[in-house]
Amino acid sequence: MAVATAISDEGAVDVRDRGDVRRQIRLVSVFGLVLLALVFFYLKIDDFGVKYTLGERVTKDDPAKDLDAQTIMIAGLVVVAVALLLAVVNKVPKGALGGLIYFLVGVAFFAGFVFWNYADQTGTFSVAIINPFPGTIRLATPLIFGALAGCLCERAGVINIAIEGQFLMGAFFASVASSLAFSAEMGLVGGIAAGVAMAALLGVFALRYQVNQVVLGVVLIALATGLTDFLLSQIPDDPDIKKYLNEPLILEKVPVSGLVDIPVIGPALFNQTILVYIMYGSVVFVTLLLFQTTWGLRVRSVGEHPKAADTVGINVNRIRWQAVLIGGVFAGLGGAFFTVGSTGTFDSNASAGNGFIALAAVIMGRWHPVGATLASLLFGFCFTLQAQLAFLDKIPGELLRASPYLVTVIAVAGFVGRVRPPAADGEPYVKS
Amino acid sequence: MKLEIKGLTKRFGSFTANDHIDLTIEPGEIHCLLGENGAGKSTLMNMLYGLLDPTEGEILVDGQPVTFKSPSDAIAAGIGMVHQHFMLVPVFTVAENVMLGREQVSVPGVLSRRKASAMVTELSERYGLRVDPGTLVEALPVGVQQRVEIIKALSNEAKVLILDEPTAVLTPQEIDELMDIMRSLKEQGTSIIFITHKLREVKAVGDRISVIRRGKVVGTAPPSTSEAELAEMMVGREVKLKVDKDPPDTGAVVMSVEGCTVVDPRGHQVVKDVSFEARAGEVLGIAGVQGNGQTELIKALLGLVKPDAGVIRLDGDDISRHGPRESLDDGIGYIPEDRSHDGYVGAFSVRENLILDIYRSDEFSTGLALKLDDIAANADARIKEFDIRTESAETPVSSLSGGNQQKVVVAREFSRPLKVLIASQPTRGVDVGSIEFIHKRIISERDKGTAVIIVSTELDEIFTLSDRIAVMYDGRIVATVSPDIAREDIGLLMAGATPDSGPASGKTEEVPA
Repeated sequence: MAVATAISDEGAVDVRDRGDVRRQIRLVSVFGLVLLALVFFYLKIDDFGVKYTLGERVTKDDPAKDLDAQTIMIAGLVVVAVALLLAVVNKVPKGALGGLIYFLVGVAFFAGFVFWNYADQTGTFSVAIINPFPGTIRLATPLIFGALAGCLCERAGVINIAIEGQFLMGAFFASVASSLAFSAEMGLVGGIAAGVAMAALLGVFALRYQVNQVVLGVVLIALATGLTDFLLSQIPDDPDIKKYLNEPLILEKVPVSGLVDIPVIGPALFNQTILVYIMYGSVVFVTLLLFQTTWGLRVRSVGEHPKAADTVGINVNRIRWQAVLIGGVFAGLGGAFFTVGSTGTFDSNASAGNGFIALAAVIMGRWHPVGATLASLLFGFCFTLQAQLAFLDKIPGELLRASPYLVTVIAVAGFVGRVRPPAADGEPYVKS
Repeated sequence: MKLEIKGLTKRFGSFTANDHIDLTIEPGEIHCLLGENGAGKSTLMNMLYGLLDPTEGEILVDGQPVTFKSPSDAIAAGIGMVHQHFMLVPVFTVAENVMLGREQVSVPGVLSRRKASAMVTELSERYGLRVDPGTLVEALPVGVQQRVEIIKALSNEAKVLILDEPTAVLTPQEIDELMDIMRSLKEQGTSIIFITHKLREVKAVGDRISVIRRGKVVGTAPPSTSEAELAEMMVGREVKLKVDKDPPDTGAVVMSVEGCTVVDPRGHQVVKDVSFEARAGEVLGIAGVQGNGQTELIKALLGLVKPDAGVIRLDGDDISRHGPRESLDDGIGYIPEDRSHDGYVGAFSVRENLILDIYRSDEFSTGLALKLDDIAANADARIKEFDIRTESAETPVSSLSGGNQQKVVVAREFSRPLKVLIASQPTRGVDVGSIEFIHKRIISERDKGTAVIIVSTELDEIFTLSDRIAVMYDGRIVATVSPDIAREDIGLLMAGATPDSGPASGKTEEVPA
């Protein structure tokens, strides 16, 4: 019987609960490891001279400037040492203040890690630290679209593992549509159509035939991989034909005049393609849709307690269908990023596992569009950092390429803590 | 609004759940529907509410035949329902739950939580149903959740309100409050269909009582009918409402619990500093409203969770760190509150379920192999001894009736020597005939010298079986009393009144531990 306990904290015995003990152990070990890593970085660096630029690359007009890495690293060491001390005496606050401490420790670690990578360069050209935010936003864009699709589906109680499949199909058909119409914007329409079509498949099997949704998701990904590879192989090499099928126009950057001149974040946020601007709007749109509209209330009710929704006259499966199909729109846009939004032509496995990272972002963001967006930005940041550090030789490239996925696993397993998915997530609704 | 049901029939395959039911609900009456679990009350109500399609028959509203394809048709016709298992979304606020399906909007499509709150406040004032519209439902006690359900039905302008087993989760005080609410609703013109299997309640509040047995209405009676007569109509034969038992022959302390404290995964202390002793040859009843820490306490006693503080002793040995396997070996028997979840494996046969806890013993296995002949012989003996009504020993337990499923669990637990028997809601969802039988077996186990601990939210069961009653409230044992305490006083204890502060003070008898 799932009856909520109505027990107050009044009269509680002075007992330390094991959850609190585990939290302390976790914090002490994480902060301790970070401190050790920072000390290691600090001791390994001989020459603290590091150059940086606020642009995305060093140009003649914007030469690299010198950075006092030593002071920043010492500040970082102090921050982490204080955090560790708080953890040892179990005085790390909970809530927003605790969040700030985690954030500062994270920043300190990243700073130390980055300086260690960039310091003591042996090559003839010295590589400068560049502004990571434009890359972060760009690489997070498909993740955010995918995560929005995931949020919509799972809030309605349908598990969507197949975001990766929706990405692949979206990417392929965005390329085809753009090539046929000689218009990058038409590519977005093609991507949406493919994303919605995949969502419809998900809907038919999950809602109409009540197939196990996890197995179904895996099958849909396999289908999308196979189908896009097959179709790609059917496109002839003859350039006269190929240009109509897989030589899409690419979305161009549209700087927002005025806003783009804001230092650091201006070029990151406001010198992007139309797809990125659509992404900003989508996050706001989905958040409002889920939490401020009639439809959103119904979506969340069918994801939490479908029978309760049914007993007040809500058609559970109809709402779920709508949520899955609207999710398909966003997943398709996310897919379009991989062709018309970035590199152009569709290659085999163009989405390269981004769909799975989007899925992780949904969980890490606790099934909330804003949370999922923040998680996506973290992953986007890791991708950007990885791309930059690949120029340096401190860490083996193979390990570096695995790092965003490593962060995903650690983030989902370790830092999310107890999360509560929508109560009826993945459960087909059958009237009894 | 007058609601008539004529010849309503529902068949599931070859099974007839409702057989030509005729009922008339007059405007402004409280019509009680009395019947055992599985008599077909819920099936009937689900047809009335559009959740099931009738196989035959018709429903008339004010003389006009209607068909309900879905609950929204029923709601539109003025029928509201408060389900036994609440149809509330736990992570929504009260206001959000009330408006779900008929949302309050500022502009079309956009929710107006302010309007919804105002609506809830207005309804709660008009009908005297106190509730805060902004609270999350999961944070409310069950009694208040039920009020939310009633407000939800009333907000849809229900003229006929169906209450499906509304008292199962309430304290005696909350039941009294609910009855006052029902009377005030009736005065304002709402008809009520009150479904229950508790005789006391129908007599207290009903205008007319219709009794359902095996899918048929066997009669309609006035509330002046005696409890014994109603029980006989409900069961179909004379029933004893009390178990005969001798005074206990109390022996030594078998299980003792000192300062047991359990913290749940969310960090709340759900069992706080609980101490008690269970003695050989005695039934200790643990009374309390559901969700006051009983479940977690029992889990700690069984080793399913480890207590965060405190000591549990069995015959003087500390068993606080024992897991389930050791508890079995220690001689602790357990009848769980949710048998389909913890009591049996539904797809396994009766035969297999009867040895789930002792298949390891030499009696039923050698090395890796099971002794199938011995297992079969054991099953046949138990089926006979416990009067388990099953087609064969190989029938899966899930296809038995609730009472017989419970007998399988009881038979298994009683088939090894026990020091302590812990029975949690041992007769929930069990027919009256089986209740009698299970109660008798529990008493005979007590008479064999086993320490018995009964956890129940049904006061009748507590009074029938217990030699001593411990009352749990808010994770603590607030009092230990003798079973000749008055019903109202134990009700007050279950609602949190302490013996020395509440009006119960003079009458509560402290039994020295």
